[in-house]
Amino acid sequence: MAHLNYEEGKKVVFRGFVLLGIVTLLEVMVALVGKGYIIHGFHLPRFIMYSLMIGMSLYKAYFIIFEFMHMRYEVPGLVRSVLMPTMLLIWAIIAFFYEGNTWYHWRKNVNDRPILELSGGVSNSNNTHHESGSHDGKEMQQETPANLPVDSNAVEKHH
Amino acid sequence: MASDQTLQAHQGHENESVWMGAKEPFKASYGKLMMWYFLLSDAFTFAGFLIAYGTLRFSSPTWPVPDFVFSSLPGGIHHKPLIFVTFMTFVLIVSSVTMVRAVQEGHRYNKKGVVFWMLMTIFGGLCFLGCQAWEWTTLIGGEKMSILKNPFGTHVESGVYLEGDGHDIKPGDSFHAHQTYLIHQHNGEWMPLKYKTEAGEIKQQQFGPKAFGALFFFITGFHGFHVLSGVVFLLIIMINVASGVYVQRRNHYEMVEKIGLYWHFVDLVWVFVFLVFYLL
Repeated sequence: MAHLNYEEGKKVVFRGFVLLGIVTLLEVMVALVGKGYIIHGFHLPRFIMYSLMIGMSLYKAYFIIFEFMHMRYEVPGLVRSVLMPTMLLIWAIIAFFYEGNTWYHWRKNVNDRPILELSGGVSNSNNTHHESGSHDGKEMQQETPANLPVDSNAVEKHH
Repeated sequence: MASDQTLQAHQGHENESVWMGAKEPFKASYGKLMMWYFLLSDAFTFAGFLIAYGTLRFSSPTWPVPDFVFSSLPGGIHHKPLIFVTFMTFVLIVSSVTMVRAVQEGHRYNKKGVVFWMLMTIFGGLCFLGCQAWEWTTLIGGEKMSILKNPFGTHVESGVYLEGDGHDIKPGDSFHAHQTYLIHQHNGEWMPLKYKTEAGEIKQQQFGPKAFGALFFFITGFHGFHVLSGVVFLLIIMINVASGVYVQRRNHYEMVEKIGLYWHFVDLVWVFVFLVFYLL
């Protein structure tokens, strides 16, 4: 379904190549500069760096779908039926990241309780700080998160 | 694509023709429409994987810094963050561009052009797979990362090393919080280093979150599998083009368009894998 003539089409392809290349380079530059690899001691705030990188990736995705995959030339019904379901992902991202954050706090609570290590039965008790979860050898805090509530219930009973 | 003439011709038998396949919903052929919906469902699969990565990363107190983990280059060069994956990204972008050219030549019924640009696309796909194979080899064989063990740990506090690892770390080197390290193996034995925190405690390096290795290998592996199957399909369709199969067909080179959609989707997914694994 060529809605552009051949020469125009070739131009669009070349433009797309340059555009995607430049955006990718910009992303990498933001990452390297933002994390202080290029200019020593210079860091971008995480929020700015992440929004820039996510924004540029979304732009690349838009360009690939609408130009390379010719979505621009499809009828609106097709565009909507393909793109609108992906909006559900916005909710999925919010819900799951919220959940992940909850797990993070659970892990902290679990590591606070030395008695847990009896139920784990693998690590000795030199972990004094809460966040790193420094056990010897086996990584208790890296069990599947689904186990955690069960474990903390077990701890409750021990108390 | 239904032209205006065919639409008018069927106006009289509207009800019958709807069910006889005379009308194309969304003015796209069945094959192309289904390719779009397949890609939509595949997008959800990848989104599920990447959201799982984000969730586990959020839930973990520490996470390996990608600039440290993915910083090797072929030829024994280390500590050059992002260079190799940027190259891989370029390879995939170029192969996407050559695919667009193949589709365009298909619209002109230029068989030679289609075959040439598809061949370039296949070459790009193989090049990408080669890069990924090298990356995996380095991680599995060199750095001993597996889906069960993640030797990339991350400090949560600043301190000073008491031992050296014979690679980059010497005794007395200081480090700061959020810095990622690699625990090396000597003769099959893990050699975590001892260090002294600023508070004066003596501690040992710990393994990183186990999920990191599993997520990395599963997600990039799943993407690599898409690239591999894409290369196989491209190869089959290229041979069909070369042997003139599509010249006979009513929809001509539409097969090239369909595999093109798939190939661009693989590039699209890489945009997000690149973002999530390497940039953030």
